[in-house]
Amino acid sequence: MTVDVIQHASGDDAERTRMVWFAGIVVGLLALVPLIASRYALSVLILVFYFAYVGQAWNIMMGFAGQLSLGHALYIGIGAYVPALLWLHLGMSPILGLFAGMAAAMLIAAAIGWLGFRFGIEGVYFALLTIAFSEVARVAVDHIPFAGGAGGLFLPVPAANKATVLNLDGGPLLYYYITLAMAVAATALVAWLARSRHGYIWRAIREDPQAAETLGINLFSAKMRAILLSAAMTSVAGVVNAFYYRNLFPAQSFDMSRSLELILAPIIGGLGTVLGPVVGAFILTPAGEALIAVTHRMGLNAPGTKGVIYGLILMAMICLKPEGVWPWIARKLRLGDRA
Amino acid sequence: MNIGLLLNVAVQGLTTGLVYGLMALGLSVIFGVVRIVNFAHGEFAVVGMYAAFLLFQAFGLDPIYAAIPIAGLFFLIGFALQKVVINPFVGRPEHEQFILLVAVAMIILNLLLMAFGPDGRPINLSYALDSYLVGPLIIDKVRLISSAAALVMSLGLFAFFRLTATGTAIRACTDNLTGAAVVGLDVKTLYAYTCGIGLACVGAAGAMMITIVDVAPTLAPGYTLLAFTIVIIGGLGSLTGALVGGVLIGVSEALMGYYFQPSMKSMFSFLLLILVLAVRPQGLMGTRQ
Repeated sequence: MTVDVIQHASGDDAERTRMVWFAGIVVGLLALVPLIASRYALSVLILVFYFAYVGQAWNIMMGFAGQLSLGHALYIGIGAYVPALLWLHLGMSPILGLFAGMAAAMLIAAAIGWLGFRFGIEGVYFALLTIAFSEVARVAVDHIPFAGGAGGLFLPVPAANKATVLNLDGGPLLYYYITLAMAVAATALVAWLARSRHGYIWRAIREDPQAAETLGINLFSAKMRAILLSAAMTSVAGVVNAFYYRNLFPAQSFDMSRSLELILAPIIGGLGTVLGPVVGAFILTPAGEALIAVTHRMGLNAPGTKGVIYGLILMAMICLKPEGVWPWIARKLRLGDRA
Repeated sequence: MNIGLLLNVAVQGLTTGLVYGLMALGLSVIFGVVRIVNFAHGEFAVVGMYAAFLLFQAFGLDPIYAAIPIAGLFFLIGFALQKVVINPFVGRPEHEQFILLVAVAMIILNLLLMAFGPDGRPINLSYALDSYLVGPLIIDKVRLISSAAALVMSLGLFAFFRLTATGTAIRACTDNLTGAAVVGLDVKTLYAYTCGIGLACVGAAGAMMITIVDVAPTLAPGYTLLAFTIVIIGGLGSLTGALVGGVLIGVSEALMGYYFQPSMKSMFSFLLLILVLAVRPQGLMGTRQ
């Protein structure tokens, strides 16, 4: 692994240039997709971009800094509830509310990071700490009346003549471009981070915390930077969640299954790579949709059928390609992306 | 505050807590020895509940007796699971093991959903409403019997690890893995025994649990988290810690459920977990490594 990093640091410029061209062409084509795609296809692609985006955010913590969070639903939930409540009660535009949600998410992330990193809680223990915070939030919001409680929070759809982009009113087309822009921006940020000083520090911590500390790296502050950035990015996804679907339930927003579903794409795609989360999202989301269609066609309508097959696929993938699908594809296509 | 009522609620929590403890014991054994996070633990507990449910429906077998064949069957399942599925992942990065067991959990949960549907199923024991009167205390018969059975099984497990050669060998793997391999212990097979024992505990705990709770597939993820919380609070690798943690969580759930709202009880378990992680990360009975 260390040799790998050094090799990459010296950089294969030709492979990197090919990579940038490849990414540019894919994004260009995706921007044109709404011209031909159906509403259903758009809604699936919105999900793909959404999972690519949150996958990138989570990957910064786990893939780069090596801190396993299983409670990212917490940041999505906060990022959804804070702007939604500000809009409902004060009429504040979600574009402004977004920053309030981001601040709240970062505040809680700081508390989790402070508790975890200061006391040296690592691995599974740290993961459990993140789950604990997210579960506490779920039960707490369940019992807060002005947040809708367990009954849920509903965001009324404004009349057509009152709808403005400022309030993020719009259908799949608007959210197609919003989520596409988010995914592209996050990927660009991660690509830059990966080659920046932060990226190298995080990877050093992931590979060997003691060695990193010996080199004069402040573990606590580097890990804090990772969790704060990851939480801030993840909270933005909450805004999409709230204003695209227009209903929020604590049992759904903060549920552990939410945290689990968002970490599958980066792991299947390839942890710690720039495009891994994107590739993972492009595989898993359509695969899930196809499974629904196929099981429905075959008359297998018993609840759980899809889940069983999805679980088997996941198991097969982790047995066959444990380092992720993307590093393997990247090698085949000779595109540069560190693993 | 009524002291008699408080005591009654606490005793109810204590009895439930012992069954929780047995369930967590299974997790603690696997986690402590094989160093693998069994994220399918709650799913196995619910499978144990359904097994007891089916045995009761078919033969009228009391779940407390059903716990014995279920534990045996779960031992075999655990042994095979470790040998075939988990052993290749020992020593691999944590997140790969984690995904593997999440996949196992997902498969089990959804198979249960396909087989039994989402609705809760109760069993009707003839003595479900019986209770004993001890001074000011009213103790439910089902809870008393379940918790006693859980305690007996836990003591059996302590004896196994202390008194038998296999138990000692498994402890050797925990204390010094390299040393254990050097003296010629077949570590992978010992891991399979360990996983078998862990699942036997959770299967039996499931059988006891169904006397207290209606079974539904959706209980599973909650039980996984519950078992984890108990193990971390009690202290990883400490068997007494798992029981103490189970009782602590059982009592706190019962008290909080009574004085606040039942739907808020899990929040206090997690707040307790956060507190323990902050103040004493090695757990109440754990030793710092």
